[in-house]
Amino acid sequence: MNIDDIKRAENVVCTKPRLLNDNNMHYCPGCSHGVVHKLVAEVIEEMGAEHIAIGIAPVGCAVFAYNYIDIDWIEAAHGRAPAVATAAKRLNPDRLVFTYQGDGDLAAIGTAETIHAANRGENIAIIFINNAIYGMTGGQMAPTTLEGMKTSTTPYGRRVDLNGHPLRITELLAQLPGTCYVTRQSVHTPATVRKAKAAIRKAFENSMKGLGTSVVEIVSTCNSGWKMTPDKANKWMVDNMFPFYPPGDLKNTAAEK
Amino acid sequence: MDEEVRLMKGNEAIAHAAVRYGVDGYFGYPITPQSEVLETLEALMPWETTGMVVLQAESEVASINMVYGGAATGKAVMTSSSSPGISLMQEGLSYIAAGELPALVVNVMRGGPGLGTIHPSQADYHQATRGGGHGDYHFIVLAPSTVQEMADFVGLGFDLAFKYRTPAMILADGIVGQMMEKVVLPPQRPRRTEREIAEQCPWAVTGRPAGRRPNVMTTLELDSYKMEENNLRYQATYERIRRNEVRYEEYLTDDADYIFVAFGSMARICTKAIDDARSMGIRVGLVRPITLWPFPEKPLAELSKRVKGMLVVELNAGQMIDDVRIATSGRVPVEHFGRLGGIVPSPAEVTDALKKFISRI
Repeated sequence: MNIDDIKRAENVVCTKPRLLNDNNMHYCPGCSHGVVHKLVAEVIEEMGAEHIAIGIAPVGCAVFAYNYIDIDWIEAAHGRAPAVATAAKRLNPDRLVFTYQGDGDLAAIGTAETIHAANRGENIAIIFINNAIYGMTGGQMAPTTLEGMKTSTTPYGRRVDLNGHPLRITELLAQLPGTCYVTRQSVHTPATVRKAKAAIRKAFENSMKGLGTSVVEIVSTCNSGWKMTPDKANKWMVDNMFPFYPPGDLKNTAAEK
Repeated sequence: MDEEVRLMKGNEAIAHAAVRYGVDGYFGYPITPQSEVLETLEALMPWETTGMVVLQAESEVASINMVYGGAATGKAVMTSSSSPGISLMQEGLSYIAAGELPALVVNVMRGGPGLGTIHPSQADYHQATRGGGHGDYHFIVLAPSTVQEMADFVGLGFDLAFKYRTPAMILADGIVGQMMEKVVLPPQRPRRTEREIAEQCPWAVTGRPAGRRPNVMTTLELDSYKMEENNLRYQATYERIRRNEVRYEEYLTDDADYIFVAFGSMARICTKAIDDARSMGIRVGLVRPITLWPFPEKPLAELSKRVKGMLVVELNAGQMIDDVRIATSGRVPVEHFGRLGGIVPSPAEVTDALKKFISRI
């Protein structure tokens, strides 16, 4: 029996979403981006929203998100995705506008754009991949890098006296009256993948209902940057990232409205 | 709204003209001496009439990226600022140029460098005409010298921006922005419908209808051969603009022995200086570039074959003089006269500078 004997319609038990194309992803094996891309594509497809979806891609590992999900995209300058999304949504209020950003993009260079878009309550969804490192440029310290964590620019570990504290920006965003739904998820087990998908769906639906800004942080792995096997990275994330970035809803006023 | 004659500041004229042109969105941040643009738009509340979006952004960095995002969806969008704010926008402008996106940026220049002064200046000439941000790019630069031109260049700027898919800049100075003059405001035009945008801007990021490939607005290309092709395409556009869109005005050049070259408010001061100098028997005329990029090289080259000298008069330390020297290829003496730091010379100072120039050459 060869692979083609198995690849038959009657044997299909699950399939990738139609909007996720066949381009080879540049993400490292074990990286969380691929899973989150699949979830974004699935949610847009299940909402029947591809004709109104406008994604704003960041600078960072997800810079090529537009190569993998077959919707309309705008590639923003580093950190500026929330500003780009603000205009795209205000000028096209019936569209589904979301940003997809990493920790450096969202919480370092783009902090002002992130906070002010959320504080204005822009009707956008923000997907925030927090892997505590700059993946694309080769593993430098991120604003969310944990204390003591080794990166290429903190080779002896992050020291708060030298490098400042890791930034819990999602907690900060939850304080703002403009946000309606702020949640922290992960995608390292089938159960958490399902929960993350539900969160992304809720965020997208909130923005179409005009409830304000929704933020879905995905605590993620970067096994290349962390210099671990994918399996060990998942365990390391649970043991080290979750205590500082605990999964769960931080705010859900959308449920009350 | 019909055509209307009003008395107002140049900055206010920009705002009124934007609403009447049918602009879809304005994103800006307060800075002297141009804050009246945002203030006037907020007071006009165009979202109640034409549906135009007006938003005070958290910074010039945000406002230019809002312009990038809005332009990517095919909408007619603009921002305005003054020199330090325009410096903050340079990254975004580079992206807008690389994305081949139409947009309008207004710079009401103040004196620099640094925080400088809030008084008038023309010291951003190099920044505007050389692109300003990173990479090889240009955009169309229009230099108004009257409040009427402030209003007119909003429409002209957008027409050219959409024709060539390039940003356009109105490069005004604090004098033109702040002074009040009579202005004829154009009648109200409707904003474009979604269908019109889809027809005119098939590249626009609007959400993908069934059957069309995704529209992706990106300026990233890691394949150097493709990136060179992109650059060559930009350069071909710039060549078409150079060929077709040079605009300038001449005043009393037919019999002139000497030529002032000046733009914006300085051109008006030179006009008065010309009248004074001619009453003293000095035959001097004026070339006023209206497009600073593309620069009116040909008329200056022609004049350089028959005049004795050119004096470039600017509110800076000598920037446009480079373009005049390139255009005239050393055929005649070209010198500069200018005041700095927000000081505006009187016509008598300019006439005096001309007399000294004549005695030197």
